[in-house]
Amino acid sequence: MFNHSNFLGLKNFPRADIQEIIDTAFKFKEVLDRPIKKVPLLKGVTIVNLFFENSTRTRISFELAQKRLSADTVNFSASSSSLKKGESFKDTVQNIEAMKIDAVVMRHPSAGSAKHLTEFIDAKVVNAGDGTHEHPTQAILDMMSIQEKFGKIKDLNIAIVGDISHSRVARSNIYGLVSMGANVTVCGPPNLIPENICDFGVKVSYDIDEVVEWADAINILRIQRERMGIGLIPSNREYRRLFGITSERVHRIKKELVIMHPGPMNRGVEIDSQVADSDQAIILDQVLNGVASRMSILYLLLGVKDKDRDED
Amino acid sequence: MKIKKLDNKVLLKNASIIDPLKENQSIGDVLITKGKIAEIGKVQHSEDIKVIDCSGLVLTHGFCDLHVHFRDPGNEDKETLESGAKAALAGGFTRVCTMPNTVPPIDNPESINYVIEKSKLLSVHIHPIGAVTKGQQGVELSEMGLMHQAGAVAFSDDGLPIQNGLVMRKALEYSKMLQVPVINHAEDECLRCNGLMNEGSVSTKLGLSGNPNVAESMMVYRDLKLAELTNAQLHVPHVSTADSVKHIAEMKKKHSMITAEVTPHHLFFSDDDLINYDTNLKVAPPIRNASSRAALISGIKDGTIDCIATDHAPHTMHDKETTFDIAAFGLIGLESCFGIVKRILVDDEGLSLMHLIKLLTISPRKIMGFDNDLLSIGKEAELVLFDDEEKWNFQKTDVMSKSINTPFINRELSGRVKYTISKGHIATCV
Amino acid sequence: MNKNKKILTSSDVSKKITRIGHEIVENYSDISKVVLLGIHNRGVPIAQRLKKFLKDLTDIDVPSGSLDITFHRDDFRERLTMPEIKGTDINFDLDGKIVILVDDVLYSGRTVRAALDEINSFGRPSIIALAVLIDRGHRELPIRADFVGKNIPTNTGEHVAVRLKESDAEEGVFLLYGHE
Repeated sequence: MFNHSNFLGLKNFPRADIQEIIDTAFKFKEVLDRPIKKVPLLKGVTIVNLFFENSTRTRISFELAQKRLSADTVNFSASSSSLKKGESFKDTVQNIEAMKIDAVVMRHPSAGSAKHLTEFIDAKVVNAGDGTHEHPTQAILDMMSIQEKFGKIKDLNIAIVGDISHSRVARSNIYGLVSMGANVTVCGPPNLIPENICDFGVKVSYDIDEVVEWADAINILRIQRERMGIGLIPSNREYRRLFGITSERVHRIKKELVIMHPGPMNRGVEIDSQVADSDQAIILDQVLNGVASRMSILYLLLGVKDKDRDED
Repeated sequence: MKIKKLDNKVLLKNASIIDPLKENQSIGDVLITKGKIAEIGKVQHSEDIKVIDCSGLVLTHGFCDLHVHFRDPGNEDKETLESGAKAALAGGFTRVCTMPNTVPPIDNPESINYVIEKSKLLSVHIHPIGAVTKGQQGVELSEMGLMHQAGAVAFSDDGLPIQNGLVMRKALEYSKMLQVPVINHAEDECLRCNGLMNEGSVSTKLGLSGNPNVAESMMVYRDLKLAELTNAQLHVPHVSTADSVKHIAEMKKKHSMITAEVTPHHLFFSDDDLINYDTNLKVAPPIRNASSRAALISGIKDGTIDCIATDHAPHTMHDKETTFDIAAFGLIGLESCFGIVKRILVDDEGLSLMHLIKLLTISPRKIMGFDNDLLSIGKEAELVLFDDEEKWNFQKTDVMSKSINTPFINRELSGRVKYTISKGHIATCV
Repeated sequence: MNKNKKILTSSDVSKKITRIGHEIVENYSDISKVVLLGIHNRGVPIAQRLKKFLKDLTDIDVPSGSLDITFHRDDFRERLTMPEIKGTDINFDLDGKIVILVDDVLYSGRTVRAALDEINSFGRPSIIALAVLIDRGHRELPIRADFVGKNIPTNTGEHVAVRLKESDAEEGVFLLYGHE
């Protein structure tokens, strides 16, 4: 039974709790189809969206989830903040908490910052991405989308393709999918896959054609050239030729491959336009499931009276 | 030297056939029909067969050089692919790998294609090596995947070291999926300190800035450890120091994908030979002292060093005929190679002829993944015929390259290439 | 300690549902505008039976859906445990329709109040009516049923349990003592 005080990541997160979040998310998805998309579950609850990194889509997704649950939301973005005036991170968040808020959704460029936040505020923390560490709500919506498509997650062949070493989406997905019993293979240029990734229960391949043949669903990570420092990917055209999910690759295989992407997409680099717009791509479903997943997580965190919740 | 198309049927009669792959030796004939090996052994000859009397000659796989600079595109006055091919044939080489430090450097698939297309018309197999980093700047990885698809056989920034350890690591990791070697010109830019020759008593006497052994051996060590960490394939070019040989030997015990080469000039000369400021002996890495030379020879004998590669580096006269400090680094080596290494390794150091042949044929081919079973029926004829006894003086007329920067003029060589057969052509070298 | 008592048998339950069905037909001239919404849990099978009855009687296929009132509960954040969400399933339009809410037991009226809020999210019916199998009294809100199977006055400490063959072993209505 879901009994967590914060939602920071999927490492060591119980399988049953993941399933509970996903099952609840499906219930909330139905709300998003109603003419009046609102339920009063979090009425009177105040949630602050603390985004130290640019991210329009994740912030909008959280904001919609909060508003659909009738919570009051406040947005804080780093550029317009007192941080510029030299205020420390700790002071910033404690000042906000002093205004009696119930939860903080935070995205921050440093790994471990979400955990760090829980050390000096009492409000519940939801990790919307901490550096290259975890992005658990993304993994939940990805798994929900997989379950929606296939009816299950266990024993499916799921491939994650791209820059694994710099990806929080990859990490959270790996923890979650392995926990749920899927077979996971990561694929990408060897200089972007950590040496020890097999310790996480996944297989490694450098051959995209082999992976495309094997997988039931493929989660395509965005190539983030800005994160990569010394030009680890020689050029977009090289990446596309060696690892891009091109229409030729997709049509060459016999079965229907489900295509996923956390967005935003670099069309023509890691994914071809025709593939992104095809019937096999569930990318827009992922976006909708994102709102439902976040509603589910906020509901489970904030929906019941605080008794002794598990420390996390 | 004359190069012409092979006749429809050519019989190489009565040669001493040495097969370095199968490790056997026999006197016999080789019949080549339409450029391919038709028969090996005792062949009956008939009217329509052109016979070449090979009595007293050794016949074996054509030599393969993993390290040449053909200056094409950009410095065609020094060498072109055509003239380089001629120099190769003169030296008994049927297959060479060209380094990418041309102008512009070969760091994209279009440039690889240029070399591939142009060399289709030439009589030697030319394999381009692609640059590791864009512009050989040592910062960003070049399009190695696309270059590999276009025909690049390995990657190197040769001429320049990959100074940044992280870049070297990432390059090794990236090359792993392509399963080709990374070749790093190991000379730490800081430690070599603008050195013009080997750091030692000779450099002090001559008043020339010295390039210490450690500039090479430290970087070789770094590269070896990175190759071990990333489980990738590393080839160490032009090894020149004893410590480098030692590090390579140690790492080979743990990690199997390490190989190394040595040049003829590093086996022949020591830094004492530079006493007259001969700019034809100005090379990178520099010619080291006598004990380094001895360590290299030892390294060949015990198998630490896998093959010979010339580092054939043509320069125009105006680049070389100047004061030592300004002269360009490098010397040509294709034409003189065999005569030099045969003299040093076999005559002086007692290496077997079979071992020498392996250093020039199956070892380099294995490193690059080229076919090694050349003395087989049906294979395209890629052969060399040499007189292993002949002693001769190397002259200007023996140079086929466009450039003449060689320190071997008037030196006595032992063993002479007579014929080189490659891509349906035969070069008569004498 | 009073013993648990069976108040209605399975046959009684069926008769009550049948009578409610007749009353609905009697009350609304245009049955084609009627839709049935069963409230989870046991309102759902009762709504299903009403649907079948109306079809048999009038040959009209009355649309039927289910309503989960969890999202509109007013005791939210007061509970110590998470209520189980069953999910709402309404795949037809409610605008201008005669919505008949169907539940097994009417007690405090809070469930019906939540159901009314829930229906608001889906559209604007012209009439919302309530049909319950049992009305046990003790209203806490001004809510009344339009169609009642049986009135059973109760005391606090007593509990009316409806059991249906669609989900339970023995069908019937029971008066239980001592638990909620």
